[in-house]
Amino acid sequence: MTIFSSDVTKPASTPAPPGFRKRFPLATLIAQRLGLSALLLVAVSILIFVGVEALPGDFASTYLGQAATPEAVANIRADLGLDKPVATRYVEWLSGALHGDFGMSWASHASVSQQIANRLGNSLFLAFAAAIIAVPLAVGLGMVAVLFRNRVPDRLINVVSLAAISLPEFFVGYLLILFFAVELGSVPFPATVYRGMPLFDRLEAIALPTATLVLVVLAHMLRMTRAAIISVMASPYMETAELKGLPSYLAILRHAVPNAIAPIINVVALNLAYLIVGVVVVEVVFVYPGMGQYMVDAVTVRDMPVVQACGLIFASVYILLNMMADIAAIIANPKLRHPR
Amino acid sequence: MRARDIPPSAWIGIIGITVTAGAAVFAPYVAPYGEREIVGDIWEPMSSTFLLGTDNLGRDLLSRLIYGARTTLAVALAASVLSFSIGITLSFIAAATRGVVDQGLSRLNDLMMSIPTLIFALVLLAVLPQSVWVLILVMAVLDSTRVFRLGRAIALDISVMEFVEAARLRGERTIWIIFREILPNALSPLLAEFGLRFAFSILFLSTLSFLGLGIQPPTADWGGMVKDNKDGIIFAVSAALIPGAAIATLAVCVNLVVDWLLKRTSSLKGGRDDG
Repeated sequence: MTIFSSDVTKPASTPAPPGFRKRFPLATLIAQRLGLSALLLVAVSILIFVGVEALPGDFASTYLGQAATPEAVANIRADLGLDKPVATRYVEWLSGALHGDFGMSWASHASVSQQIANRLGNSLFLAFAAAIIAVPLAVGLGMVAVLFRNRVPDRLINVVSLAAISLPEFFVGYLLILFFAVELGSVPFPATVYRGMPLFDRLEAIALPTATLVLVVLAHMLRMTRAAIISVMASPYMETAELKGLPSYLAILRHAVPNAIAPIINVVALNLAYLIVGVVVVEVVFVYPGMGQYMVDAVTVRDMPVVQACGLIFASVYILLNMMADIAAIIANPKLRHPR
Repeated sequence: MRARDIPPSAWIGIIGITVTAGAAVFAPYVAPYGEREIVGDIWEPMSSTFLLGTDNLGRDLLSRLIYGARTTLAVALAASVLSFSIGITLSFIAAATRGVVDQGLSRLNDLMMSIPTLIFALVLLAVLPQSVWVLILVMAVLDSTRVFRLGRAIALDISVMEFVEAARLRGERTIWIIFREILPNALSPLLAEFGLRFAFSILFLSTLSFLGLGIQPPTADWGGMVKDNKDGIIFAVSAALIPGAAIATLAVCVNLVVDWLLKRTSSLKGGRDDG
């Protein structure tokens, strides 16, 4: 369940002086986590740029397709700067990326950054809307499931969420489109948004994509929340609370919830990170002008600058969300604050 | 274990998987028409000649669904078997040898897991040549990171037990310890994980095909069929929903079986049953 926290917090990447470490264990842990994320970001950028070049398949021949004569390939390589060594190009690419310049698209010869600037906001808006609905709903339902554990509401939630996990995003999306957009005609499809669109229209346009994302991510989050609370419920102090006659809702509220906060934060962040990925498919289904659609189109025509830029941005958001989850969990968990 | 010890939910799952697998194996005998045969008009409704109607090119949807089961199951199975072989072997080596090898493999694994699977797959597929084998390999390598993490945790638990210690003192080689001491004791939880990975592979393959980056037409494949027929949705033609429902049903069935396996493992360990 905790994909990141346990293993990643351990390696001491930034050895702090022992005095500092002893006096500020919390700050040390957080600093370590920040350092690790920075390291990870650099490694990921290398993987996305250099690692991809090591794979078979020549960019220049891909770029030219059928018309790849040796001279044309050589020309294109010089044109795109592919004749320079990989290390030089990586440094150029990364310094450009840090300044918000991702170069030119091979397919449209337009600035990648400009496209991304338009689309990143759209994607984040969609993911944010989904998160605002899904997080409280999932945590609430997870608690209900624990409260009615092994009784009808719990079993119902269990079965429905098991089914929901297995639904592919595009199936949920088209089902919603068929019912709400085609049969009832109550929401617009495709979900077009444009610059300067009034907020209400924009919300109406993203209603179905948001609902799809919520449905997809809700089941995961709910099941993980339930598992997190239940593992807390199995601890001896919960048995004590039960034995001393505390009503179960009070026991959950006073003893289980404070201890379950750290795992729940982890669950939420993991699923928010998952939302970032779910956005890709949902955007394609709803023809929504976001980052995901942009990336998929670029992959189809093998437009590498766009693919690498989108890949780096998606990975960075994912890493940052995981980092925030770990830091929140460190702060919320007294055990981690005083490591032995 | 007897047949009646299996709960009804698991039976539903087993039956669903068997039916799909049967359809896949006997596709040429079961399917009423050929995989690529154009037999009627575009998007004909369900009728006695075309039980599920026809698709965007006038091919019989039921026949394509049956042949699609072949592709989808075969590719997903190949990918999960391969990812398991890679993940288990590397994780057991890491757990049995420890030290530098373990550190190297684990950090590499952390790095690969820090990029979302779909995004990583998109980046890789943008570069690599388009073929089924490349697709299987990409899916397997990306998925093996999850197997590695679980396999290493399980193997570490087992490798500190007395019988492994005894084997080491006897002077057995690492390969023996991995395959004769650790593997047999890790099978039960790994079986459940295999089911999970398989369900994930089905969904992942379907997603890639839906995005147009997986199985290429005219080969029938469930995700690709959704993509082919998606434009019909606007005209209230539900042809895209049928393969979508097939994917969902199969994934539900696999998950039902996995759920039962997981419960069985936890009750074997004598842990508190967590429903």
